[in-house]
Amino acid sequence: MNIPVMILGMALINLAIRWPVYLFANHFRFPPLIERALAFVPVAVLTAIIVPTVLYPDDKTLDISWHNPSLLAAVLAAVVGRVTKNLFATIGIGMAVYLLLRWWLPL
Amino acid sequence: MDSTLENAGAVRSRGAEFALGLRDTLPLMMGSIAFGVIFGTLATGAGLSVWQTMAMSLFVFSGSAQFIAILLLGMNSSVWVVWFATLVLNLRHLLYAATLVDEVRHLSQAWRFPLAAFLTDETFAVMERRYRMQGGGPNAHWYYIASCIGMYVNWQFWTLIGITVGSEFPDIRNWGLQFAMVVSFIGIVMPLLETRPYWAATVVAGIVSVVANPLPYKLGLMLGALAGIAVGLALDLKQRGLQPAAETRS
Repeated sequence: MNIPVMILGMALINLAIRWPVYLFANHFRFPPLIERALAFVPVAVLTAIIVPTVLYPDDKTLDISWHNPSLLAAVLAAVVGRVTKNLFATIGIGMAVYLLLRWWLPL
Repeated sequence: MDSTLENAGAVRSRGAEFALGLRDTLPLMMGSIAFGVIFGTLATGAGLSVWQTMAMSLFVFSGSAQFIAILLLGMNSSVWVVWFATLVLNLRHLLYAATLVDEVRHLSQAWRFPLAAFLTDETFAVMERRYRMQGGGPNAHWYYIASCIGMYVNWQFWTLIGITVGSEFPDIRNWGLQFAMVVSFIGIVMPLLETRPYWAATVVAGIVSVVANPLPYKLGLMLGALAGIAVGLALDLKQRGLQPAAETRS
C-alpha cells in the first residue's frame, strides 16, 4: 500500500467531516427538529465512548464484575459527578480510586 | 471549587481565556498520553517510517482512525478499507461541529478552519461544557483554540516519544492513564442528566454501544450514539407535546 496516499486520504476525509459545518455556517441553520436532536449529542456520544471502554477493559471481553477496576471507579465517578457536579472532583476521585484498585488492591 | 464557575459571566482577556482553555483540557491531555505513545510504538512496529508515523499524527490527528489504520495495515487491507473505516469512525465529528456551530458562526473563516480541523472528542467535550456553563463571550474562541493546540501539541509529542523510546515502555497501556479520559467524560455527562430524555439517551447509548461493541470499525460507537439521540429526541418531543408551554432546555 502507498502509505503517503493513505495518510493524505485519511487527512482529507477527516477534514471533509469536520470542516463543512463551520465553513458554511453563514448559509444555513439546522431545522428546529435537528437542533433538538443535537442537544442529545454530548450525552449520547460521550456515553457511547465511555461505557464500552469501561466494560471491555481489553477491548475484546465483556467484564461486568467487581474484578473490573474500571467499572468500580467509573460507577463511583458517576456518583461523584452526579452529586457534586464538579468536574475536577469527578476526575480526581475517579482517577485516584482507579489507580488504587489497579496498583495497590488487585481484586 | 471550580473557579470557572465563579468567573461565569465575566469578560476575560484573550490570554485569560487561552490559559483557562489549556487548564481545562489538561486532564484530557493526560488521558491521551498512553494512546500517543502506543500509537507511535505500534506504527513503527507495523513498518511505517518515523516520518510516516509523524505525518499521520500531524495531518490526520485522530487517534481512533490512526489506530484502525495501523490495525488494517497489519491485515493487508486495501487503502479503500482504511478510508472507509476513517469515514465511519469519525462521522461523530460531524455531530460535534453541528452541536457547536452556533458558537463559531460569528468568527472569520480563518478562525473557523482550525477550530473545525482540530475538533476532537476531547476538545468537543471541553467546549460543550464551557459554552453550557459560561456561554460564549467575546474571547471564547481563544479558550477553544487553546484546547485545540493543547491536544495537538500533546498528541505530536507523545507520538514522537512512542516512536523513539516507546519500546522501552511496553506496559504503558497498563498504567491506567487512559482512564483520565473516561472520568473526564463522566464528569461532563453526569451534570447534564437533568431530565428524563437525557437519562434515556444516556442509558440507551450505553447499552447499544456495549452490545454492538464487537462490530468492526467501532460501528457500535456510532450506533449507540444515534440510538441515544433518537430515544432522547422522541421522549423530548413527547414531553413537549404534552406540555406545549413548558420551558425547553437549550
